[in-house]
Order: sequence, then structure tokens, then C-alpha cells
Amino acid sequence: MNEAVDRMQQNTKTEFRLVGKPLPRIDAPGKVYGKTLYAGDYAMPGMLHAKVLRSPLASARIARLDVAQAWQLPGVACVLTAGDLVNQTVSTDFPDRVSAKPGQNNQPILVGDVIRYHGEPIALVAAETSAIAQQAIDLIELDLEPVAGVYDPFEALAPGAPIICGSDNIVSQYKVRKGDLEAGFAAADTIIENTFRTQFVEHAFLEPEVGLAWLDDYDVVNIRVSTQNVERFRDVAQALGIAHSKVRIMGAMVGGGFGGKNDITVEIFIALLAKASGRPVRMCYTREESFLGHAKRHPFTITHKTGFTRDGKITAAQIDMTSDSGPYVFLSPYVLMYATEVAAGPYRVDNLHIDSRAVATNNMYTGAFRGFGAAQACIAYEQQMDEAAKILGIDPMELRRRNLLDTGDATATGYRIESAVWIDECATRVIEALGQRSTDSGPIKIGRGLAVYQQPYGRLLWLQDTVEAWLSIELDGTVLVRCGMPDIGAGQISTLAQIVAEVLGLGMDDVTVYNSDSAATPFAGAATAVRGVYMAGNAVRLAAQAIRGRLADRAAQEFGARTELIDIAEGRVFVIDDRQRSMALTELIALCAADGIHRSELAIFRAPFGDPLDPETGQGQVHPDYTFGAHAVEVAVDTDTGEVTVTKSVSAHDVGQAINMQAVEGQIEGAVAQGHGYALSEELIYREGQLVTPSLSEFLCPTSMDMCRVQSIILESRTGLGPFGAKGASEVGLTPAPAAIANAVADAIGVRIHDLPITPEKVINALQSKEDLLSRSFRERGTAGIEEA
Amino acid sequence: MKRNKSVSLRINDRCRREQIASNETLLETLRRLGHTEVKCGCEKGDCGACAVLVDGTAVDSCLTLTWAVKDRAITTVSGLGTADTPHPLQTAFIERGATQCGYCTPGIIVAAHSLLQNVTNDPSDDDIRYALSGNLCRCTGYTKIIEAVAEAARVIREEE
Ligand code: FES
Ligand code: FES
Repeated sequence: MNEAVDRMQQNTKTEFRLVGKPLPRIDAPGKVYGKTLYAGDYAMPGMLHAKVLRSPLASARIARLDVAQAWQLPGVACVLTAGDLVNQTVSTDFPDRVSAKPGQNNQPILVGDVIRYHGEPIALVAAETSAIAQQAIDLIELDLEPVAGVYDPFEALAPGAPIICGSDNIVSQYKVRKGDLEAGFAAADTIIENTFRTQFVEHAFLEPEVGLAWLDDYDVVNIRVSTQNVERFRDVAQALGIAHSKVRIMGAMVGGGFGGKNDITVEIFIALLAKASGRPVRMCYTREESFLGHAKRHPFTITHKTGFTRDGKITAAQIDMTSDSGPYVFLSPYVLMYATEVAAGPYRVDNLHIDSRAVATNNMYTGAFRGFGAAQACIAYEQQMDEAAKILGIDPMELRRRNLLDTGDATATGYRIESAVWIDECATRVIEALGQRSTDSGPIKIGRGLAVYQQPYGRLLWLQDTVEAWLSIELDGTVLVRCGMPDIGAGQISTLAQIVAEVLGLGMDDVTVYNSDSAATPFAGAATAVRGVYMAGNAVRLAAQAIRGRLADRAAQEFGARTELIDIAEGRVFVIDDRQRSMALTELIALCAADGIHRSELAIFRAPFGDPLDPETGQGQVHPDYTFGAHAVEVAVDTDTGEVTVTKSVSAHDVGQAINMQAVEGQIEGAVAQGHGYALSEELIYREGQLVTPSLSEFLCPTSMDMCRVQSIILESRTGLGPFGAKGASEVGLTPAPAAIANAVADAIGVRIHDLPITPEKVINALQSKEDLLSRSFRERGTAGIEEA
Repeated sequence: MKRNKSVSLRINDRCRREQIASNETLLETLRRLGHTEVKCGCEKGDCGACAVLVDGTAVDSCLTLTWAVKDRAITTVSGLGTADTPHPLQTAFIERGATQCGYCTPGIIVAAHSLLQNVTNDPSDDDIRYALSGNLCRCTGYTKIIEAVAEAARVIREEE
């Protein structure tokens, strides 16, 4: 029998007390009463306020930089430029672990010479107030000589293009070679080719980047910062040229991250200024700086050439992907890897070539954003499937069904998936949930769209991911958890508490979680890559189980029963088949304490480790596991104005096991909203590398008026690698939503818009060109009998 | 910032006299006085994170000059209720999972309060969506927020 199915059947027998229930999150009260402190709410006596001078140009050389006047301004405590730094750059990648090549530029902390993107930092000022700091920034004299830049990845690849990174602007590249492509295309009845493009997108977390740094009496640089990753203390130490152990990063509740607070933001700046001035330094980005100051979602151009038999079987696929990395490496190789591994979608494709590359330009650098490359890949493969369905005359769901991966099948990189693959189940549910189709009325055309997906969770196997968590049970029966995992609003802390409470038979209130502190909580890595519940959840589960085991052993001894028969619930310990034999949990803990039994545990959870893919064939295992699901929407397109309104939006996912049902739904609904924005309105526009949309009134995230109710359908196969069979669920809601919307718009207006976002202008233009095409083919058919395209 | 005006402020039912600068925004004043529950997301009126009630009506505090609201009743989310005396909106937001990162929450609860208090205590989903359209939430997709506001309205109607 299949292992996944086996595991599924074992797991379905288990009943939970807390896991799976829609419990209010433990962090919610603080937030609704206004008590929660975010990083920007902390202050220190004598603290300075800091500002950054940023480049107004995207590609230039610094001809002159004079900070003398800034220094002279009363109230200025410190001005720093590149010349003041011990180390000029921070590495923006793990060398040798991905395909990044030596000689590629690391990002300068402050630019001393060559500016490579709009907004690149040049100088820092710390002053008594932020107004003085800003005044000082304005007093810095900066002369820039424009340098020819390159703002399009395809131009960057052309011979003679300015070289921005490495020797050829190729930041990283991969290929997948499987089967016999030629034979596959030869066996096809129809070959369909399309190119799809996605745009730069901004995270637009509501809380802009902010942090406070100070030195303590041991010369440790302490930093309180809004971050998804407290382990950036190593980068800060490297930048300052001090020991890793001399930097401590503490997070706080994060006001949204979505990948945008995974990299360093203000940490190095405030650490440098605090060290130089000897005073605490706070820095808070304005919204505009936030737009200029952190990595964006990679734009991708993706071409699919797919061969199909008449009855809709894929015979071969050739896929080409190009992403815009901006001038630095950062996470581009990783994002590209995610995109590449799922480029063909969750389909059986025996004959497959994929070529992908991340290319350097002078646009904004790009990095992590919910969906992490897998989202961009889905936008292409799912539109391609709909285009194929249309040409083949097969229902889109039926065409997918004929090619979908099933439980036990192998991915495009040849890894046999061990968990359940419930794509068909999810797709069937979302289509059902759409219900009766609305009808066109006048200029309003109704369309429907479906998309399915495959999204990895956890990190690349060759990054050897681990999480540690520490747990102790107090004499009064309450529990303390220490785990470095930041809480970025997804309910990470509450979920950990719920897992611990489940294992130890306690209430949620009995568990207190300390997190996000590089000195005081065991390392848990970043709150990214859909790894929070999977990795940290497993670590706290292991720690809780170890403690439970020791408690149960001692209780078994006391009751003269077998350890397996001991259970703990609601503050009591008892023998399962003889509840008379019981005692208060506190009594048992006292017994353990008297015997010197260890009441705490430091556990480590290791994800599966593996080697990088074969560089020639791209075959091997990339990620520990995948989440699968589907999205369906109905849209109403106003063909007069080009406006697209999503009227129904249904999202179904096999999350393995929801730990907190309400939190999982919340993650999905929020991710779907970001998917709506991605499809229809969100776009950062760069002209010659210069951001021309640096505000929330130009970069349009969905408002309450733009969103419809999102229906989330949660399936639980209990086959994931997370605690209790959970799979990752925090990013997945976004991944299929844009393609579903694009497919619905094409269904409504009968013509496809290949470039996101689908703005009213593009809809009007598409309708216009369709009309032109129709009238031309009409004319032509009259004379030469040419078939309509 | 030069603080050159002395004004009396009524914040969450407490009166105080404060020196303020004539160009100081209410957001700046409130945060300076320790009201960290009032959040800053843009300082331009684009996000609503800084919303507070002035005489019961929601305004963006980043667009409001402090001297212009002297002597008027300024209420932040903390002034609406506490853990001991929660407002139905706060209870509903907790129970319905309407807060995720929570950064938009103080502004959204205040805007919802303004709707229920000044416009209707029996709002349709569209009423709620309209009332909250000046408050961005990047985390929730609004579904649970709308549910929570509707639920709170129901509780308030039953209490009346
Ligand atoms: S901070 Fe006032 S509207 Fe954004
Ligand atoms: S809960 Fe994060 S912005 Fe609304």
C-alpha cells in the first residue's frame, strides 16, 4: 500500500482535543485592546533618530559626496558614509549552496562609488530628532554622474549590455532535462505556445520597517526590530566587524511581513550609528522609504510550449523562465529554484525541458514574497492549461484531470511525492462551491476561471534546515516555551501554544511562548518558506512529547500501570482504563522535582537533508514536501470601462491538518486577497529603474470595497510532514488566485491578456484588438478564406 | 519640533494640557504621549492605521492637526474598551479571528465604531465595506473583519 495512504489511515484514527479547533488566537486580545507593542513602539532614554540618504538615480557614479554641512547642523550626533565602514558589504546569499557564482557583487552597506538601483543607501545621519536628521540629510552634497544602465532582463542578456552583476548579468540559472522532448513533440497533435509576464509587486505590509539599537554594558549591540528573521544578527556582526555573540536581535510582533522583512532592513544602519555615537538609535522608514528600501517580488517572463494529443494528454513541454533579479543576488537563486521545480505545474510531463535564469538589471532588487517563485510559475502554467483547453475544445477541469499528478506520482524533478495529492478533490470542491453561473447583462460579461497548484513548504533540502525549541513545565503545571520563530501575524505563537497544550493536556492559557530573540530563544530560522508550523511546530511537539514521556513514566511508576496507559488532561494525570487512579498534575510534577527528574527539554527538529539537483538534468528532491489545492472565481467584466470585479472567490487546500482552523482560514483569505491584487491592480512601475509609484495611493492593494467574500475550503489528509500531519498553509492561498482570475477574464471576454496586472486599460485594449482581429478576419475570409485565429 | 502652543486635549476621557507645535499632527501628539495603540502606516491618509475618533467620528490622525481638535473628545481603540470591559467590536474581532498582524486593527475597529454609532447599527455587508474602505488591511482579505463587525452590530442591537 502507498505510504501516504497508510499514514492517512493511521492519522485519521487520532482524535484531538485542541488541534483543528477554531480557537481565538492568544495574540488577539493584545491587538484589539491596543496593548501589543510593535518594534516601533519601543523607546529609550537619550535615543537618537536616524535617516538614510538614498540615491535618486538607478545607475550612476558618485562624483562628490560632502557631509561637512550635515555634521555642522546643531543636533546632529553622527554622520556615516562608506568611508567610515569597517566592512563595505554584506553577503546577500549563502555562497556555494545555490548556483550563485563567485565574483558577483555583494550589496554595499552604503555606496561609495557605483550606484546600481534607485534608492540605494549612500549616507546615514543620527540626530536628536528625526526632523533634524532629515534636515541634515538634505544638507549632504551629492553629485552623481549618470551611468548607462539596463532595465530589462532581455536587454541585459544582449551582447554589449552594461554588466551589472558578475561577468554576464546571469545571477543564476537552472535546467531540467527529462525524457525525450523531440519525440514528445512529434507525438503531439497540437503544439501550443504562449508567453506570460508578471510584474514587480510590493509587500505593502502595514507596518513600515522600524528598529531601535543600543549598546549594553557588555558592549553587545542590542537591536529591537520588526523582522521575520532574528538570525540576521550574523550579518550585522559581519558588517560591524565584531563577534557574532556581540549582537543580539529581538523581534516584536510584526505588522506584516509576507517575505519583505526577511532580509536586513534597518538593523545594520542603526547598529553602526549606535556604535559610532554611543547612544541608542531609532530608525523608522516612511512609507516611501519602505517602497524604496526592500526587495520586491521578481517579475518573470515565462514561455510555455506544450504538446498535446487530441484527447488532451500532455506529450511534451518546453518551458523558459527569466526573472529580474535587480543588481544583487539576494534570494534570486532560491526564488528561481522554486519557480523552476514547479514550472510544469502539478502535471505528469514525461518529456520536459526547462531553462530558467535570473538576470541582473538596474531595477530594484528582488527577493522573497509569499509564493516565492512558485506563484509566478503557477500564473503561467495555469493560463497555458486554459489556452490549451480552449484550442482542444476540452473543458478546462477535464483537461487538467487528464494530466494531474496523483498520490504517489513523481514531480517534474523526479521526486516521488509521499504525501497525499488531493488536487482533483480540491478542484472539484471549488467548482461546486461557485454554484449557479451568473448571467451576462448588457456590457457586463461574466467569466469563470480555475487554477490548481503545487507549492513547496520548508526550505531547499541542501540548506539543512533545523529548528530548536526549549520547553519546561513549572511547578504549578504551566509551561514555558522558548523558540526563536518570529510571529509575523500569521499566528505562529498561538499555533505553537496550541500544539504544546495538545500534547501536554493543558489549556492554551497554561502555555506562555517566548520567541524571536537571538540571545534568549533557541534558533528557529526565519518566519518564511511556509516553515513556521512545519519546522517550529515539530520542534515544540518533540520537546513537549519528551516532557510528557518523563511525566508519564513517573506516573506509571506511581500507579503501577504501563506508561502507554497514562494520559494527562485538564490538569490531572490518570490511567486511561481506570480513571480512579489519578492525581493532580501539580502533584506529579512535585514528585518529579523531588526525584530530580528533568522538567525541561531542548529539542531539535531536522527537515530531511539532501543534495542539490543534478546540474545537467535538474533531477532530484528539492523540498521536503508540497501543499496542493485549487482556486476558482467568477468575475464580472464591464466591457465599457474595462473594470474587472471578482464576484465569487473560492479557495480549497489540503493543509494536511489544520492546527487552528480559524487561523488557517485567515491565512488563506488574506493570501487570496493578495492574489486578487496581484492579478488586477498591484504594480510597481519603474521607468529607467526609477520607481514612479512609491505610495499606497499609486500601488493599489485591494481595499474592503475591492474584495468579495473569500470562501476557504480546508481539506485534511493528515499526510504532511508537520505536526499531526500538517502541511504548510500560509502562502498557498495566493499561488493559484491570479491565474484563476486571469482565466476568468479570458473566459468572460474571449481574449487573453498575457501580462499581469489585468488593468481596465489592458481589458479595453484587448477588446479593441479582438474586434480589429474579427473584422479583419471577416474581410479576409471574404476574399481568401483564411480561418479565424 | 518647537512646541509653542498650549492646548487642552481630551483623550480617552482624560483631560490634559499639552505643549504642542502648531504644525504637529494628532498622530504625532498621540504617539508622543504614549498612545502607541495609534499606528502609523503612511502619514498621508492612504492606509487608515492611524484612525481615531474625534467626537465619535473616525478621522485619520495623520491628517489632523492637533490644535484643531483641542477640547474635543479624542478616542483611540484603547478608549473603547479593555480586557475587563471589552467593546463588542473588540470581542468579535478576537472571536472571529479578524486580527492577524494587528497593525490595522486599532484603525479598523475605530472606523467600524464610527459606522455603528453614526450611520447604522444594522449594517449590510456593503455598508461595512464602504465604511472600512479607507482602512487597508494587508493580512485578512477583510472577510473575517466584515463578519466581526456584523457580529458586533448584532450584539449591540441586542443590548439596546
Ligand atoms: S498613517 Fe494615517 S492614513 Fe496612513
Ligand atoms: S491584520 Fe495585518 S494589516 Fe490587517
